[in-house]
Amino acid sequence: MARAAVLGRLTWQVGTVAEIRAETATAHTIVIDLPGWPGHAAGQHVDVRLTADDGYSVQRSYSIASAPGPDRLELTVQRLEDGEVSPYLTDTLKPGYPLELRGPIGGWFVWDPAEPGPVLLVAGGSGVVPLMSMIRARAAAGSAAPFRLVYSVRSPETVLYAAGLEQLSQVAGGFQMSYVYTRSGPPGAKVRIGRLNPVVLSAAGWTSAAAPAVFICGPTGFVEAAANLLVKAGHDPGVIKTERFGPSGG
Amino acid sequence: MGIVSPGFKGRGRSERDKLPPGQYLVTDFPVLSAGPTPRVDTDSWKFSITTEAGRAHSWDWAQFRALPSEEIHVDLHCVTKWSKLRTTWRGVSLDTLLAQAETSAEYALAHCYGGYTTNLPVADLLDGQAWVAFEYGGQPLAAEHGGPARLLVPHLYLWKSAKWVRRIDLRAKDEPGFWESLGYHNYGDPWREQRYWGD
Repeated sequence: MARAAVLGRLTWQVGTVAEIRAETATAHTIVIDLPGWPGHAAGQHVDVRLTADDGYSVQRSYSIASAPGPDRLELTVQRLEDGEVSPYLTDTLKPGYPLELRGPIGGWFVWDPAEPGPVLLVAGGSGVVPLMSMIRARAAAGSAAPFRLVYSVRSPETVLYAAGLEQLSQVAGGFQMSYVYTRSGPPGAKVRIGRLNPVVLSAAGWTSAAAPAVFICGPTGFVEAAANLLVKAGHDPGVIKTERFGPSGG
Repeated sequence: MGIVSPGFKGRGRSERDKLPPGQYLVTDFPVLSAGPTPRVDTDSWKFSITTEAGRAHSWDWAQFRALPSEEIHVDLHCVTKWSKLRTTWRGVSLDTLLAQAETSAEYALAHCYGGYTTNLPVADLLDGQAWVAFEYGGQPLAAEHGGPARLLVPHLYLWKSAKWVRRIDLRAKDEPGFWESLGYHNYGDPWREQRYWGD
């Protein structure tokens, strides 16, 4: 495995919520103003810390959704019904509230816009968030690296960034995407309903002959299945980078 | 303590005293790996320990399983914030595996099938603190959790408990492993919240 970006010391910083956007019924994007924020590498995450007035505090990690840039970042948070932190971030937090975080974290699951080679992104549900940062970074940098996104969702209502992805796939040459619907497709559309399989993956993504860098993010079962399919299809395990989250996030 | 988050109440504080700072309790067993899960057959599995003088001690699966093993009851703490209490494992103590090694090395670098590495002080592998584990919850260790065998060093964050371990190099000099080179703490004590560089 190759080594990637390095990090300096990470201290807690207090940002201010500038804006909150609903992406779906249960996922919100939180725009945070953070003067002095150095920017991040596409794919990295931050730790968020919440503290109650009795001192009780909790931390969780959230992927950065925005393209790298100074002084501002965006997180997209999926509300988990039994979560302790995500319902606060999606339902209680309002513009103007302070939010404590530190980062950017993670030097492995990152894409560098200086890399010209083809990239295969495979997303399961809200695992699309760090991949969206890569797609936005590509557009922002004017990169010509060929990108393909295979995005597995339960149904059209659960798609994050639907309009933004549509727009980027129209304007940014070299970026193609396809959806895999596991429960239901768009009304009236004749699409296959079912999980990711080798045929769908090779049709929508690159074959191993293209030797793309691969980033897979989603729930554990999805990532295991997608990574195994790609290894069986001949992709080099050494170029497949994974980020997994269990059902026990929060 | 951090700034107060307006309107944040949080939940039960009942088992907080059993958790290191910044951790929360889970009941499932999340999987975190940097790449695809390697499939390692016990027919071809080998594990070895190499001393600083270059001498190797090596075990195939049958030899490894013939070593005395013990049941292990430990709490797990992952740097991604989850902790899992009272887990049960079976494994071979590193005290047993290191008994034959002639070494005065202070550092160890674990190498794994799939290319992952992690570094630890040798002192943290001794005195009943570390095992090469091959059963979890009474069952053979599943591949996604590091089977057929993984390092188990539960007093450090779980990335030190290298999955799919195949070799431990004993070294005179410390060398950062995979996550330790990518911003994560060189030692990783959860009770001192050593998550990242500089913590």
